[in-house]
Amino acid sequence: MSEQFEQGVAVLRDQIDARISSYLTSCVHCGICAEACLFYTETNDPRYTPIHKVEPLKKLWQAENTFWGKLGKSLGLIKPLTESDFADWEQLVYDSCTLCGRCSMVCPVGNDITYMIRKIREGFSVAGYAPDGMKEATKRALTIGSPMGVTFKTVQAALAHVEKDTGLKIPIDRQNAEYMTLFSSMEIVNFPEYIESIAKIFDAAGVSWTISSQAFEATNSGIQIGNKEAAAELVGRVVKAAEGLGIKYVVSPECGHAYTAIRWEGPNLIGRPYDFEVVHILELLDKLKAEGRIKLEGKDDTPMTLHDPCQIVRRGGVVDPPRNLLHSVADHFTEMTDHGVMNWCCGGGGGVSANERAEELRLKSFDRKKHQLEELGVNTMVTACANCRIILEEGLEHHEMDTEVISLTELLAEHLVSGKTPN
Amino acid sequence: MIGEFIDGPLWYFSLTAFVIGVVWRIVSIVRAGVRPDLSIARGSAGRGAMRTIFSRFVPERTVTTRSRLQLIAGYMFHVGLLILLFFAQPHIDFIAERITGLSWPAVPHWVFIVAAEFAFAGLILLWLHRVLNPVTRLLSDMDDHIGSILVFLVMLTGCLALAQSHEALRLIHLFLAEVFLIYFPFSKLMHAFTFVMSRGYTGATMGRKGVNA
Ligand code: SF4
Ligand code: SF4
Repeated sequence: MSEQFEQGVAVLRDQIDARISSYLTSCVHCGICAEACLFYTETNDPRYTPIHKVEPLKKLWQAENTFWGKLGKSLGLIKPLTESDFADWEQLVYDSCTLCGRCSMVCPVGNDITYMIRKIREGFSVAGYAPDGMKEATKRALTIGSPMGVTFKTVQAALAHVEKDTGLKIPIDRQNAEYMTLFSSMEIVNFPEYIESIAKIFDAAGVSWTISSQAFEATNSGIQIGNKEAAAELVGRVVKAAEGLGIKYVVSPECGHAYTAIRWEGPNLIGRPYDFEVVHILELLDKLKAEGRIKLEGKDDTPMTLHDPCQIVRRGGVVDPPRNLLHSVADHFTEMTDHGVMNWCCGGGGGVSANERAEELRLKSFDRKKHQLEELGVNTMVTACANCRIILEEGLEHHEMDTEVISLTELLAEHLVSGKTPN
Repeated sequence: MIGEFIDGPLWYFSLTAFVIGVVWRIVSIVRAGVRPDLSIARGSAGRGAMRTIFSRFVPERTVTTRSRLQLIAGYMFHVGLLILLFFAQPHIDFIAERITGLSWPAVPHWVFIVAAEFAFAGLILLWLHRVLNPVTRLLSDMDDHIGSILVFLVMLTGCLALAQSHEALRLIHLFLAEVFLIYFPFSKLMHAFTFVMSRGYTGATMGRKGVNA
């Protein structure tokens, strides 16, 4: 047994708190969680049943925390966890779970299975059983500052374009600004329109804001792979930059897991509350609109629907703002049957999109979204996560579907009444 | 002789084992602790916990459409069993005499019969689902089967004892109930208590985030 594996098991043991103990005690093996998981519904493969994905964690808990487990272990009837358990489960733990949280909404005994999958990854990543794509992304995030290898130089180049196109000056490292915005590498590389939209909206609303040269990246590969130290380091950079600049609010961008990372997990990772607050861009836009600081004009009469990014809505609690905002610019906004906190995932969250090995399964699981769209018959899907956007676009292309995916923030910027509103 | 043992010492032993075992398990779960959450809450953890404890009695649409049979069987079994357990005249008398000294009105005989039929049908359907459905077959272990079989036997002997008013049957029923009570804290049957905890923990976390779970 390698030392690294033993460390992984020790970390796994450390994850077993009262929540996990109550979950494993309560689970009646009813299998209902399977019906909520797109990896099961689209494949009918029972191995993709959410609770089955935490089997190694259950095995450890049983052997060390239950009467029968302890008895079996002392009689040599129960084998301890082995490396092959980790090797066999690696794909289930990483490839077939986007940490979307849907299973946790349906379990009759109330188990937060997603929490357990998030936690089992801690042990797996320490033991070295994690997909290469995610390991590399985490390494790049730690050494370069972004999982996609984006440096501040690249950001500056993107900002220069934005400044040229908008005629606005993007504030960098502005001391005591009210808001500090973060971006995901995908926005910088694939969707610079998002940055442009933010610049226009903030200008119109008279928002005092800045971007930090030290911490522009919002994504957190440490959370996805399940490496507490890496996750804490990445959150720590943002905290240091924001507190150094005397910022009041850090704005999490249109990216799902970035929000979970900085808003909900961050303070627990660094072991203290922040000196600032975290808002999601949609919460901020909704607030600015409610305060009359941004004015929108014209309504789209294209039929539109909303794809809820799991980490922002179901796991993040930003449920109403995207709806309020979309209603204000879309005349024909229709919800999919399962929406809001019961939406179906795009299939690429939780690091799955960074895991090339999972591509085939991911595209298969996209059948669920395809079905939802076909049922609704709407060809424009609005969302608020750069990762969802890329995954949705790939899925649509794969299925040769004629559906457009647009960003909510960008859509709002298009409807912005230009010119500053006095505040 | 054996009858007196089942009716006397074994009953008190099994009841004690049950109470101590259940309390022990609950205490050991709580003692594992939860780390304090340092993020700023959007909603109330307490309200979230209360909400989820009750809201999960009502299934989500995904479950009502995709697991309908299991859902109906689950309700039939649990509701039927609760009626049998707490509202059958012999149980009320037994509880009043041996445990609490309090009694309450029993359900009419026909309700008892319907409840028993529901409980049996529900349990059998759930068990068939367990062994036939690929997902539950993969998940199920010995404990799940022992639990189902024990409950089935306790219910069966109970109904027979009531129908036949036969002392030997009553003793067999009581004996099986005692085995059930002793087995309970060591098994998944614990979910009858810990569901409040698991729903509560999840509800509290989601409630803090402002999500109705
Ligand atoms: S739905 Fe809940 S109780 Fe049922 S198998 Fe899944 S985790 Fe266990
Ligand atoms: S979190 Fe989502 S993807 Fe992961 S097991 Fe649960 S339902 Fe499936």
